[in-house]
Amino acid sequence: MIAVPQRFSPLQRLLHWLMAACLIAMLFIGVGMVSTVTPSYLALVTIHKTLGVAILVLVLVRLALRLRFGAPPLPADLPQPLKLAAHLSHYALYGLMIVMPLLGWAMLPAANYPVVLYGHIFLPAILPQSDGLHTLLWNAHHYLAFAFFALVLLHVAAALFHGLVRRDGVFETMAPLPLRDETAPVVTVDGTSAT
Amino acid sequence: MARQSSSLYTLGSMVLIAGVIGGAAAGFAYTAGWLSPHRLTPAKFLEALAPPGGPALGHRRNHAKGVCFSGVFDANGNGAALSSAYVFTRGQYPALGRFNLGTPSPDAADATVRVRGMGLRIATPNGQEWRTAMINPPFFAVSTPQAFRAMLLAEASKDPNAMKAFTAANPEFASFAAWARSAPWTASYAEQRYNSLDSFIFTDDFGVKHAARWSLIPEAQPVAIAQDELARRGPDYLEHEIADRLRSGPQRWTMVVTIANPQDPTSDPSKAWPDDRRTVNVGTLIVQQIEPEQDGPCRDINFDPTVLPSGISTSDDPFPAARSSVYRMSYDLRTAEARDYPRSIAGSAAGAQP
Repeated sequence: MIAVPQRFSPLQRLLHWLMAACLIAMLFIGVGMVSTVTPSYLALVTIHKTLGVAILVLVLVRLALRLRFGAPPLPADLPQPLKLAAHLSHYALYGLMIVMPLLGWAMLPAANYPVVLYGHIFLPAILPQSDGLHTLLWNAHHYLAFAFFALVLLHVAAALFHGLVRRDGVFETMAPLPLRDETAPVVTVDGTSAT
Repeated sequence: MARQSSSLYTLGSMVLIAGVIGGAAAGFAYTAGWLSPHRLTPAKFLEALAPPGGPALGHRRNHAKGVCFSGVFDANGNGAALSSAYVFTRGQYPALGRFNLGTPSPDAADATVRVRGMGLRIATPNGQEWRTAMINPPFFAVSTPQAFRAMLLAEASKDPNAMKAFTAANPEFASFAAWARSAPWTASYAEQRYNSLDSFIFTDDFGVKHAARWSLIPEAQPVAIAQDELARRGPDYLEHEIADRLRSGPQRWTMVVTIANPQDPTSDPSKAWPDDRRTVNVGTLIVQQIEPEQDGPCRDINFDPTVLPSGISTSDDPFPAARSSVYRMSYDLRTAEARDYPRSIAGSAAGAQP
């Protein structure tokens, strides 16, 4: 039991909440920017591109931490279908965090736009111009964004469900602030049922 | 008792969760504009631009008729005092562009279109580029993007009073209407002056900012021609004429940057700055080759006026942002419709190109 972490490491928790803010901002900026012609359009696009690259870097760091530190186990009494859903949704979230910035980045050179971030940072073109590729990437970026938002909502609902209804310690594994007693084992992780 | 309060707590928690998720979804929908039917979206501009029969699929949604050119921009170095952009350093940089007509129809007859334009992209060895889309009127038709859409709707309206009401609400349009009535027509893209109209900010090596507009002034002498005479020469006379003209040698335009005085309006492209403003001749555009758009190098370029090198940035003029948003949507649509505007050289012929 001792080797199994009770909570995510502080660095993992910091990255989780930082990226949560970035991702939610990203999704709102994305749908907002494409629906406006006001001068804010240009600022929003610049933030969207820059934040997208930042998220790509952060998610790679996060994956490395995940491989290094692992994750606390789910409560033993969590029904098997919910465990499966939890695992699959996390694969999907990580996948989208990697794929969405890459799609966004690739879309720009596929449309012959230079890739310019905040502060006039130029990124290389990772694809040549192509009508077909651009359309494919554009559609993928567009539809996956809505899937991503739905998945984020599901994730938030599940986190609140664990934290408020099941009170099974899952929320606490990723809680932003240190618990009063970091060393105390969280109730149900070793399998003893609370209900 | 404990059981009851615990199930009440659970119910309360579920309501809270539903509220959080519902609120987030509603906020998302609001941000996306789904709850704001009056928001000015790029789609609304494209609807207003579309001719009655719908847009020409595969083509730009405005300035749909055009022809590609390539050449060089020969910078004389004078612009370096205004902007740190590489493009103003003395030297020659590859230029690519498109002569075009301000119409949503790629088949419009040349003599039916009053506004002519030039899209231009200059690339520099530092990997940056400057895109600009200029037109021949000396000032823009209206002061704001909202008014531009209102103009399009009024022009398309069946209500005989629509234009009158529009002009009353947007008095600046009268100057443009007067220009459209009285300015001489020419029979060549080469004889036009092309103006940025929008204001941009040039930042020099010392960080000093200069509000600027630019124009390309033709070396060719403009020769006035009656509109009927142009019509008689054929619906596509301009693209044939420019191709013929280039066969006898390159065509040149001087790029002149005009610097605003401190009180000059930069947010309103319908207001020309007084003639005595400081101008700097920054170089020469040399147009060397014409190619049809269908397979030409300009086809895949969106002449988005906000694609700028470091040293040039947007000002408080609201048009470049609006144009960027609308042009981008036009590009997304037309590239997805490429099948409706097929290339004559089927894709892979790129290897045969120099």
